[in-house]
Amino acid sequence: MTATSTSTASSASSHGAFDDIVGSDSSLRRFLHGLPGVDQVGCEARAAGLATRSIKTTAKAFAIDLAIRMVDLTTLEGQDTHGKVRALASKAMRPDPADPTCPATAAVCVYPDMVATAKQTLGDSGVNVAAVATAFPSGRAAMDIKLADTRDAVEAGADEIDMVIDRGAFLSGRYMDVYEEIAQVKQACGDAHLKVIFETGELQTYDNVRRASWLAMMAGGHFIKTSTGKVQPAATLPVTLIMLEAVRDFREQTGQMVGVKPAGGIKTTKDAIKYLVMVNEIAGPDWLDPDWFRFGASTLLNDLLMQRTKMTTGRYSGPDYFTLD
Amino acid sequence: MTNIFEYAPAPESRAIVDIKPSYGLFINGEFVDGHGTSFKTINPATEEVLAEVAEASDADVDEAVRAARRAYTRVWSRMSGAERAKYLYRIARIIQERGRELAVLESIDNGKPIKESRDVDIPVVAAHFFYYAGWADKLEHSGYGSTPLGVAGQVIPWNFPLLMLAWKIAPALACGNTVVLKPAETTPLTALLFAEICQQADLPPGVVNIVTGAGDTGRAIVAHPDVDKVAFTGSTEVGKAIARAVAGTEKKVTLELGGKAANIVFDDAPLDQAIEGIVNGIFFNQGHVCCAGSRLLVQESVADEVMTRLKRRMSTLRVGDPLDKNTDVGAINSAEQLAKIRELSQIGEDEGAERWSTPCDLPSKGFWFEPTVFTGVSQAHRIAREEIFGPVLSVLTFRTPSEAVEKANNTPFGLSAGVWTDKGSRILSMANKLRAGVVWANTFNKFDPTSPFGGYKESGYGREGGRHGLEAYLKGADA
Repeated sequence: MTATSTSTASSASSHGAFDDIVGSDSSLRRFLHGLPGVDQVGCEARAAGLATRSIKTTAKAFAIDLAIRMVDLTTLEGQDTHGKVRALASKAMRPDPADPTCPATAAVCVYPDMVATAKQTLGDSGVNVAAVATAFPSGRAAMDIKLADTRDAVEAGADEIDMVIDRGAFLSGRYMDVYEEIAQVKQACGDAHLKVIFETGELQTYDNVRRASWLAMMAGGHFIKTSTGKVQPAATLPVTLIMLEAVRDFREQTGQMVGVKPAGGIKTTKDAIKYLVMVNEIAGPDWLDPDWFRFGASTLLNDLLMQRTKMTTGRYSGPDYFTLD
Repeated sequence: MTNIFEYAPAPESRAIVDIKPSYGLFINGEFVDGHGTSFKTINPATEEVLAEVAEASDADVDEAVRAARRAYTRVWSRMSGAERAKYLYRIARIIQERGRELAVLESIDNGKPIKESRDVDIPVVAAHFFYYAGWADKLEHSGYGSTPLGVAGQVIPWNFPLLMLAWKIAPALACGNTVVLKPAETTPLTALLFAEICQQADLPPGVVNIVTGAGDTGRAIVAHPDVDKVAFTGSTEVGKAIARAVAGTEKKVTLELGGKAANIVFDDAPLDQAIEGIVNGIFFNQGHVCCAGSRLLVQESVADEVMTRLKRRMSTLRVGDPLDKNTDVGAINSAEQLAKIRELSQIGEDEGAERWSTPCDLPSKGFWFEPTVFTGVSQAHRIAREEIFGPVLSVLTFRTPSEAVEKANNTPFGLSAGVWTDKGSRILSMANKLRAGVVWANTFNKFDPTSPFGGYKESGYGREGGRHGLEAYLKGADA
């Protein structure tokens, strides 16, 4: 996987393969509307079918540890303080203080003004700092403000930027505007990885999710992400299924891997395992890695820890034994 | 190739089922000894003998028909529809309550994955009883009158043992008929458990009689002079023999026979879902489905892409222990059926079609066949014409909608068809032109008790399910 990961990381905002497609508004539209349609009933049935997989014993233990390593531990509240972010960052590094074998999470996810604080606590622990930017969550601001927002977070030390697309532009069919926006934010990211949030709850149709996925991948996004967590519905299994099919097909065509991040509403170990089964069977085992799949979540981690303790000790312990941060 | 996320075995416990060493016949509300030569039923996944089952002789069948006639004359036909409905509702509820037990037993005796018996077979069985229970007191609104026929002789196949039983027994009983039913000789166990459920529901003796056996027992039921109605699901060959046997008698007949369904994928289809539909169409229940989408007709312009996606998807199918909750494809039901699948697949290769099977390790014991697809198949190949009744797909291509229709209809069968396109108007026009009893659009193998099911041409006659399914068990509006 290292070869692919290097090439993805260093790729510029546009892939040569798509020059013709993104050359004009009309060619981009033709391409996106020419993607195979999604049958809603069939897509939801497939997701529900995969959700019946029964993951037990060794497979479950593997899935729980992998899920912990994939968590972007998130706090995105108006009431966030430096103290709160420091606490969250400590938790990300050592999710279960009672068990040193418990892996760290992939990242903590905060607003740009909290990046420096998070970075300070995390140091070189290997846990990344992800910052939401571009006038998160609505994305309703002028372009230069979105870019300034992004640069601000990167300068403060963010390793990853979670941007939101302009859903108004997307829904009114101005795909080129969205493409340009993603490409420009990507440039502003510098070395930081870019996750592109669609807010699928606002795009509504699976066809739109598929189109947005291709748009973001062509524009150079490293990750495609379902939701901000501020709009309902947030991540769902069928929406994530469509995105996993998109990254699978994109690699088939370009050889490049793009990551997927469902965010919002994933609260239990059971839910997380359903997502991992889907990653395994739709995109393939190459995506079973924190470099290529993440969970945007806050409460999920504690349930994973409780289940992990249950797996190792054979007993459930109460929620009081796990930290609330 | 080892996967880092290897699913650990997740076997459903078989402790819930209690398989007896031997079973008798269920006649007049009681289990009695048979007078034929008893036979063994085995677990096709392990070849382990499950139980010894009685064979009903001609005299046993006669006894069963007489019990059914008595129950018909004295009790069941005189009972009000609302009262009959109570029994059917009770049976439906017991089936739900004992759903896990029935599902496990079905998987053990048939070889189908527990996922399917648990999530499809048994829930649809219960739904059939609930649905026809609802009709029992409303028959005067059916359009077919409310007069029952009498005694129904029913012979069912091994691919959906309990589901086919439900399709036969639920409408028959709702309409006021009594039944003598013969399950297939390789899968009698859930029918015998159903007999226990009839006892548990206090169904009056003789209303349902279950006689086990093979072809001879089936022939005895069909030929019995006091049977008013014959219902059969199975092969076209046996269906023809039944039609000959009842010709010239007063018996009413419905036959649900073989198929060679076309699953037609247009270039504007929702491709990922179409792939699911193709897989579900032919690998569901190991392809032991009369309406299986065994001929894939794919538009030439997307044929390569569809094949790439299909093979990738097929590689994720998990073949193995039927009782493992993660198994997608289970065991072939019998050595005989496996031999037939192997023979026809060999013929496919010999005739020049290109064979591709999923890379999977098959268990050393039991009857197994890896999911297989043939490309480069033409209409002239036997694998495009004959029913294989196994996990074997034949792929043909077409250029235009009219060519698709022509190829789809160019078969003596006409049970089902599938159409995959994003264009609504094309779905309607294809459905009008396809000579098949069921046409699925952007889905496949969907069954619901409210929807009639049945064939054209050599796929049989009569309909089961829905209001139309009542016709087969009522004398008609003029009676």
